[in-house]
Amino acid sequence: MKVVSTDLAIKARGLSKNFGNLAAVSNLDLEVPRAMIYGFLGPNGSGKSTTIRMLCGLLTPTSGSAIVLDTQVPGDTEALKPRIGYMTQKFSLYGDLTCIENLRFIADIYSYPRERKAARINELIHKYDLSAQVHQFTRTLSGGEKQRLALACAVLHEPELLFLDEPTSAVDPKSRRDFWASLFELVEMGTTILVSTHYMDEAVRCHRLAILDQGTKVADGAPAELQASTGMTIIEVQADNPARAQALIKRLPDVASVTQLGLKLRVLIPDTTREPLSHVTRALSEHDIQADAKEVPASLEDVFVAVTQKKRAPENPE
Amino acid sequence: MNSLGRLFAVMGKELRQLRRDRLTFAMIVGIPIMQILLFGYAINTDVRNLKSAIADQANTHLSRQFISDLKQTQVLDFQYVVETPMEIEELLRTGRVSAGIHIPYDFDRRVIDGNRFAAHLLVDGADPTILGVANQLSSMRVNFDSWEAPSESAGSLEVRPFYNPERRSAVYVVPGLIGIILTFTMMLFTAVSIVRERELGNLELLINTPVKTVELMVGKVVPYIVIGLIQLGLIVAVGQLLFNVPLRGSFVDLYLAASVFIAANLALGLFVSTIVKTQFQAIQATIFLIMPSILITGFVFPFDGMPKVIQYIGEILPNTHFIRMTRGIMLRDASLGDMASELLTLVVFTFVAMTAAILRFSKRLD
Repeated sequence: MKVVSTDLAIKARGLSKNFGNLAAVSNLDLEVPRAMIYGFLGPNGSGKSTTIRMLCGLLTPTSGSAIVLDTQVPGDTEALKPRIGYMTQKFSLYGDLTCIENLRFIADIYSYPRERKAARINELIHKYDLSAQVHQFTRTLSGGEKQRLALACAVLHEPELLFLDEPTSAVDPKSRRDFWASLFELVEMGTTILVSTHYMDEAVRCHRLAILDQGTKVADGAPAELQASTGMTIIEVQADNPARAQALIKRLPDVASVTQLGLKLRVLIPDTTREPLSHVTRALSEHDIQADAKEVPASLEDVFVAVTQKKRAPENPE
Repeated sequence: MNSLGRLFAVMGKELRQLRRDRLTFAMIVGIPIMQILLFGYAINTDVRNLKSAIADQANTHLSRQFISDLKQTQVLDFQYVVETPMEIEELLRTGRVSAGIHIPYDFDRRVIDGNRFAAHLLVDGADPTILGVANQLSSMRVNFDSWEAPSESAGSLEVRPFYNPERRSAVYVVPGLIGIILTFTMMLFTAVSIVRERELGNLELLINTPVKTVELMVGKVVPYIVIGLIQLGLIVAVGQLLFNVPLRGSFVDLYLAASVFIAANLALGLFVSTIVKTQFQAIQATIFLIMPSILITGFVFPFDGMPKVIQYIGEILPNTHFIRMTRGIMLRDASLGDMASELLTLVVFTFVAMTAAILRFSKRLD
């Protein structure tokens, strides 16, 4: 996974967007290498959709700019349209048209060569497993079918760059897995994909990702890099009484966060603390709480918690 | 050509969606038929069988002859025969009759005198149409059956209604009604069209494709011109079948005029659609715009009778020009060449509205 810095699909500098007083995106720098899946991870309202819309040219940045596929944004974004594909967060194909009619409409709108049109649509119908739904009105499709059709329409004109805005938010886990398999196929053929998600298990599949929080990028890099450099020690505590243990650990100094996952607690302690494990175990035994504690590698969720904590810390003196 | 391909794609999509939208499809046929029946039968300035009362105090051979002549006009339907004019007034006041005839005791002498009115026609002046009918009746002369009638009084005008000799209101109403129906349905179709795509989320996908604003706008307008022309055929046919409304001029002229008029309304609707935020607002705006198209275009009230300011506003509305053209073509056998300025005004209007819509529409979300 070599990143050649000169071969970027997207390069953004200081991208900001304000809606009235709300800073939806502030001062975002972004470098998306070609032929990769680049993830935007962040909760709702973190500025993922706004950023995607600015990069497509649908929204004008309040300040900052980007180069998307050698095209200046904001600028002549119309020239960009035939080269990018966009799958909106909300299903945006025509519900009163059938699958095939939607596909044909998209093909015509993108001026797809007439002689190859039928073959291309046929290929997509098979690839995205829509054979049984060809003549079905799209409003009656299931979540997974809608998503496959939307992807088929977004890639029909063979775009170099594909924007996917929370593509899997309305589909079951099996469909999500298949969906990601098809994304990797696209990347193998050279497509660059920028995908936003709030699922950790999806984010971890990306080649690189940026974590967004309240409109700012709080971290970016390959998932493994991010997991290796949280600046936190992760301690997993298995206690007989997790609620009591959690209450206790929360009160300890130097604890960044405690999260309960089933019977286990995940405790984040900054690397600046000496002997973090014994810091926790000592406290637990002092209070007669039966518990096993061990250090574990950081998950992406831990990364997320760590970076968002770090960012909020100065505003939130506790 | 790519642009043409995209235009056809948008048009095809619009037609498909229209065909599947049963309610809208029903509207295309239902609105014209319902309106033409309503207006054709209800708007009737050609009044017959007014409920009336008669008080014949003379009760002579001449007065009875006069009453029988009045009955023959079929304008008045004497439902009440009373003794005194006071009773007629009472019936008028309570609304049981709209008119009453009082023939005084000295009727015969008054008729011979000629300087005095022979009888009184009491009418409910609150209704201008009835008052108009009363004015017509007042010119009726008493028929002296055995004697020679006195010579016609000099200076009175003989009215000769051209083009509509029977004075049937449907003949006058239907050509104007074409404009009203087309304004309403055409504007509604396009007023909701963009905003519907916005509400359903289709627009975000569409504006991210290479489709040009002009292609999108023209693609949304052209299919409906065909729909409008179908409606026109329907109205003209029903008008002819049910109300015997003539089409004296050229069929081609009528269709040509209507095509431009339909385009004008579609463009106006499209412009509305680029301003409003919801489909509901689009419908409200359409209703707001349809009112002046009915009231100040010469459809209901004669255009020249309106105050100058209102006339200026009326001149802006496409329907004003279209009504002039349809009445000309259908009733007076006028050609489009006779009314070139009206057609030109509509062409200019269409161009301006379309340009405004295209300029207002942005392939952006902000």
